[in-house]
Amino acid sequence: MAQNVVAQTYGAPAGDGGSNPPVASSVRSRAKHRQWNVGDFVFKHLTMLFAVGVLSLVFLMGYEMYKGSSLSIAQFGWRFLATSVWDPVRDEYGALPLIFGTVLSSLLALVIALPLGLGVAVFLSELAPRWLERPLSFLVELLAAIPSIVYGLWGIFVLVPWLRLHAEPWLGSHLGFLPFFKGAPYGFGMLAAGLILSVMVLPIIASISRDVMRSIPDLLREAALGLGATRWETTKVVLAASKSGILGATLLGLGRAVGETMAVTMVIGNRADISASLFSPGYSMASVIANEFAEATTSMYTSALIEVALVLFVVTILLNALARLIVWSVTRRYAST
Amino acid sequence: MNSFALLCLLLAVTPLILIFSYTLIQGLAALNLDFFLQMPKPVGETGGGMANALAGTGILIGLGALFGLPVGIMAGIYLAEYGDNALGKTVRFFADVLSGVPSIVVGVVAYIIVVLPMKHFSALAGGVALAILMIPTVTRTTEEMVKLVPHSYREAGLALGIPRWRTTLRIILPTALKGITTGILLALARSAGETAPLLFTALGNRFWSTAIDQPIGSLTVFIFDYAKAPFEDWNQQAWAAGFVLIALIFIISVIFRLVTWSSYDEH
Repeated sequence: MAQNVVAQTYGAPAGDGGSNPPVASSVRSRAKHRQWNVGDFVFKHLTMLFAVGVLSLVFLMGYEMYKGSSLSIAQFGWRFLATSVWDPVRDEYGALPLIFGTVLSSLLALVIALPLGLGVAVFLSELAPRWLERPLSFLVELLAAIPSIVYGLWGIFVLVPWLRLHAEPWLGSHLGFLPFFKGAPYGFGMLAAGLILSVMVLPIIASISRDVMRSIPDLLREAALGLGATRWETTKVVLAASKSGILGATLLGLGRAVGETMAVTMVIGNRADISASLFSPGYSMASVIANEFAEATTSMYTSALIEVALVLFVVTILLNALARLIVWSVTRRYAST
Repeated sequence: MNSFALLCLLLAVTPLILIFSYTLIQGLAALNLDFFLQMPKPVGETGGGMANALAGTGILIGLGALFGLPVGIMAGIYLAEYGDNALGKTVRFFADVLSGVPSIVVGVVAYIIVVLPMKHFSALAGGVALAILMIPTVTRTTEEMVKLVPHSYREAGLALGIPRWRTTLRIILPTALKGITTGILLALARSAGETAPLLFTALGNRFWSTAIDQPIGSLTVFIFDYAKAPFEDWNQQAWAAGFVLIALIFIISVIFRLVTWSSYDEH
């Protein structure tokens, strides 16, 4: 009987060329031949309970925040997202300046980090020798592990003074005719937030894009080279093939930038204004919660801040879900070939 | 093209090296024994340390581990052992999505479910927030590590007539233990670097406190407060705390990599 099972699960003859068959499927088909066991039943369902717990945690979080923001939702409705008065004194709340700040700083970060990240990914996947792979992927992992408060610390003491004394005056005098570079150089502001975010999302974009490009079969590169393409033209072919994967990586980076709190809070200037100038202080959804939540005095104030958190939650969930689906479908498509 | 890609790499790595080296230099200069052993001095006096914040971070991580690890480990075992189905795929997907939820949002949730009913800030609320943040990482790491155990181990156990669950508990888990432990350590170290979810759950405390129903200080919240403060001495201490955090996370990351790489190589 044992042989029978082996033949069923592996396909005869039992191939053992170092490749494990999918764990669960092979064992499950074997389990049909085994006797029912109380311990198995209990253990399986106990672990399943916790797995379902992880799943329901996401829904619980959404529900709790929805309930917590009911006061503000009832009072302001959809206007909450479209009005720009954030005034705790008069108990009036509109999240538009916060949404503006989050969107602007995140986009700024992407504009800087995406080309650089792609360049790094091309270097790592197409040009770098293989022995560099492990140390570099480890480096990326370490960088992703630096706490955001440390980025913020560096932002306050190094980046902001440098912007105020050197970068912003220079930009102002050379590109001051553009609306983005008008106004007094405070240091603290959108530009600082965008720059620090770009440093933080770059490793994410670079490492996922590299994984995607790595999963493109060599057949494609060989075909391009065989047709007489130069190395750069071959890379363009690879880039075109990994387009949707790169989009996924970008969305993941965006999700990180949108939710990033401490580093942004420490450099963005924390003023709920909408201004075209990158020099002027702003506010973001995450940083308004970080700054004001513990000091929110009225229940409407707390409720409005919880609604900001709910908006942030929904946006990041959607971004992440979309990005994972894209990256997942891309890598799976090429894994099967 | 080669030089362009290399330029990108340099541009990308430079700020990170700057941040790292700056923290290293400033932090080492400010670090001394007082930092670990002394309490914070009152405003206006120089010197003192962050003994209470170190203890507080430890307690917060401990609470987070207490709530988060059982859930994460059990869910990870389910995904590795029985997760090759629709439910497994869904849980895996949601765990990944959960890991992308901003930590500040997790803090708000912990505030709603713990601080509001208790009516005051507490270490417990901070622990719950950290637990929620740990769960996705621990789940996926446990799954990966259990899947690394060679299939023949499981077959050997089953061939001996050992029930499936005992095979998992007595053969598979002990084999994967090294990887799981270091993976958990990594998750704990990362949660030590969390600030946003603690701001309005554990709040912060300048005095010695180990009570879990009271506000408690933590390294990261101290960095936040000290970095904003107009005192040179406090700013220096913020760097020292930043250095301690990075050192902790890096050491554990290196250990984790060494452990997982060596087990990849074996199989």
